[in-house]
Amino acid sequence: MLTKQFDPLKKKNRMLQILDKEGNIVDEKLVPNIPDDQLVSMYKTMLLGRIADTKALQYQRQGRMLTYAPNKGQEAAQVGSVAATEQSDWLVPAFRELSAWLHKGWTLENVYLYWYGNERGSEFPEDVKILPVSVPIGSQLNHAVGLGMASNIQGKDEVVLAYVGDGGTSHGEFHEALNFSGVFNTPTVIVIQNNQWAISMPTTKQTKSQTLAQKAKAYGIPGIQVDGNDVLAVYAATKEAVKRARNGEGPTLIEAVTYRLGPHTTSDDPTIYRKDEEVEEWSLKDPLTRFQKYLIDKGLWSKEQDENQREEYNDFVNKTFKKVEGSGLVPLEDIFDYHYEEMPSQLKEQYENYKRYLEEEGS
Amino acid sequence: MALMTNIQAIAHTLEQQMKKDEKIVTFGEDVGFEGGVFRATKGLQERFGEERCFDTPLAEAGIIGSAVGMAINGLKPIPEIQFSGFMLPGFNQIAGHVGRMRNRSRGRYHLPMVIRMPYGGGIRALEHHSESQEVLFAHLPGIKVVIPSTPYDTKGLLTAAIKDPDPVIFMEPKRIYRAFKQDVPEEEYTIPIGKAKIVQEGTDLTIVAWGAMVREVQKAVKTLEEEGISVELIDLRTISPIDKETIINSVQKTGRFLVVHEAIKSYGPGAELISIVNEGAFLYLEAPPTRLTGFDVIVPLPKGEHHYIIEPKRIAYEARKLIKY
Ligand SMILES: Cc1ncc(C[n+]2csc(CCOP(=O)(O)OP(=O)(O)O)c2C)c(N)n1
Repeated sequence: MLTKQFDPLKKKNRMLQILDKEGNIVDEKLVPNIPDDQLVSMYKTMLLGRIADTKALQYQRQGRMLTYAPNKGQEAAQVGSVAATEQSDWLVPAFRELSAWLHKGWTLENVYLYWYGNERGSEFPEDVKILPVSVPIGSQLNHAVGLGMASNIQGKDEVVLAYVGDGGTSHGEFHEALNFSGVFNTPTVIVIQNNQWAISMPTTKQTKSQTLAQKAKAYGIPGIQVDGNDVLAVYAATKEAVKRARNGEGPTLIEAVTYRLGPHTTSDDPTIYRKDEEVEEWSLKDPLTRFQKYLIDKGLWSKEQDENQREEYNDFVNKTFKKVEGSGLVPLEDIFDYHYEEMPSQLKEQYENYKRYLEEEGS
Repeated sequence: MALMTNIQAIAHTLEQQMKKDEKIVTFGEDVGFEGGVFRATKGLQERFGEERCFDTPLAEAGIIGSAVGMAINGLKPIPEIQFSGFMLPGFNQIAGHVGRMRNRSRGRYHLPMVIRMPYGGGIRALEHHSESQEVLFAHLPGIKVVIPSTPYDTKGLLTAAIKDPDPVIFMEPKRIYRAFKQDVPEEEYTIPIGKAKIVQEGTDLTIVAWGAMVREVQKAVKTLEEEGISVELIDLRTISPIDKETIINSVQKTGRFLVVHEAIKSYGPGAELISIVNEGAFLYLEAPPTRLTGFDVIVPLPKGEHHYIIEPKRIAYEARKLIKY
C-alpha cells in the first residue's frame, strides 16, 4: 500500500514520485496500470489546460478578460487525480482547477464564461457531477464529506474527489472535514494542491507541520505526499485512495506538491513576494514536459503530433473565447431567476419596479 | 496637509497611531510582508517590525479569535479581513464573543479592537467580493460599525475607532479606495463615532447614504438641483449606533426621506432608518419614506452587476417620485 510505503511521518521516501523531472521512470514497480488511450487523453487535457490558462492570462492582460486565477504548473496534480475517478464520481473543486474541470467535463466555454463574469458559466452538463467553484477558502470540504455520507446512507457507489489549497488547510473547516470523514468513514478523497503559496504566504508560514499529508494522521485516516508535478504519482495515489473509498474503507488525504507558476490572480503581483530563481527552478519540473517525454519514449506520442495538437487547441481556445466575448451582458431575468424554485412576491415586485424604471427612463 | 486617497489615508492613520501607541498590532492574511492585497498596511512591517505587523495563516476565525485574546491581554489589535465576504468564518467569533465580552464579564474585560475590511460592489469582482453586509454586524449588540466615504473622514473616523475602548468594525468602500484624492491634515484629529455628517443642506428632500453611495447621490443631487429640487444630503458615517437626531431634524425640515444603500433591501439598513423616521418625524412627512437599495439577490457576477449597482439616474428618478407624490 502506497500510504504505508510512503508514510508521511517517515523521513525516508516521504514523497511518492514515479516520473522524475526528466520524465524517466524512478521505479518500474510503482508505475500504475493505465491504458494507452487514457494516458494520451490525460496528456491532451493537460495540454488544453495549459493553453487555455496561458491564453486566459493574455486575454486579461489585453483587457478582454476579467479577473482570472491561473493554474499553470498544476495540470498533473489535477488531471492525475481526476483521471483516477469514474464518471459517476463527484468532483468538489476549490477555484483553481481548470484542468480537472476540463477532464471531468465542464466545458471550456462555460469555464471561460464564468471567469468572464457570467453566471451561465456555472451550468454543468447533466451527467457531470461537479459542484460550483467555492471561493470562500476551505468551506467546500465539508460538502465533499456530506456527499459521501449521503452515498453511504443510500448505498450508492460513488467516490468524492475534493480539492483544497495549502492555505485552505489552515481553516477550521479543513479540520472539521477530515474529522467528519474519519468518523463517518466517508468515501472522500481530499487532494491538497500544495502550490507553495497562498497569495503572498509561503506554505512554511501556513503551518509548522513538515508535510501537509501528515495531518491525516491526527484524524486516523491515511495520508500521502506525492510529487504533484508527476502525473503518474498523483494518479497512483488517487487510484489507491479511490479503491479504498469504493471498498468502504473511508477517506484519504493526498498532498500533491506542486507549484503555481503564474500569479495568484490577475490582480496579484508575485514579484513582490517570490524570487525569479524559485519560479525558474520549478519551471524545470514542468509536469507537461515530463509527461510528454514519457509518452514519446513509450511510442504513444510524437513531437509532430504535439505540434498539431497545440495548433488545434490554439484554434479551439481562440474560437471559444471569441464566442464568450460575444456573449455580452447578462439579461436582467438571469440575476433574479435562480434564487428560488418559485420567485417570492417581494422579489417579483423588485424585479417589476426595476423594469418599469428601465422602461420609463431607458437604460 | 497632503493629498491622499482613501487607502493612503488608512495607511497614514495606521502608521501615525502605531507610532504613538506601541500596544497597537495589525495583522491578517497577506497584511505583513505584502502590506495587504490593497496595500493598506504597506510599509508597516518594515517600520514597526514583525511583532507589530504580521501575516497570519489563512483563517478568519483564528484572526478574530486571537484578536479577542490579545485585546483582553493588554494589546490593541487591528485585524484585517481580506474581503468582507470572507469574514463569515470569523463571524462566529464576532457574534459569539467580540460583541459580548464586556457584558458577559460584567465589565471586567473589554475589547479595544478595530476590525478592518473592504466591502461593497462596483469593481467587477469575483464571487464573494462585492457584498455589503453592514447589517450583519449592526444587528449585533456591543459592536460599533463605521463606514467612511472620504479620505478626510477615513482618517478622523479610523483614529476615533482606534481610540475607542469598544470593538469597532471599520468597513472600507473599496470601490473608492483610489477613486479620488482629498487634503488630509498631517496632525492627529478624530471624528466622533455615531455622528452623521450633513454633506449639504437642502429643503425639499433628505437623502441618507454612506460609503461609495455618497458620491453617486452627489451626482444625482446635481441633476436634481438643476431641476430646482433642493436636497439635504446626509452621510451616515456610522451604521451602528445610528445618529437619529440628525436624521429626524432633517426630515422634520424637508418632509421627505430617501435612503440609498448597496446592501440588500429586505431587513436591510434602510428598513431601520425608515423606522426611525416614522417614529421621529411622522407628522412632518409629505411622502412615504423610501429606500433605494440592492435587490434581494446575490450580487451578480460582473456581466450582470450593472443591474444591481445603483446609478445616479435611478437615485434622481426615485427622488422625483417623492417630490411629486
Ligand atoms: C475564507 C476566505 N478568506 C480569504 C480569501 C481570499 N483568498 C482567496 S485565495 C487566497 C489564498 C488561497 O491559498 P490556497 O488555499 O493555498 O490556494 P491557492 O490560491 O494557492 O490555490 C485567499 C487568502 C478567501 N477566498 N476565502
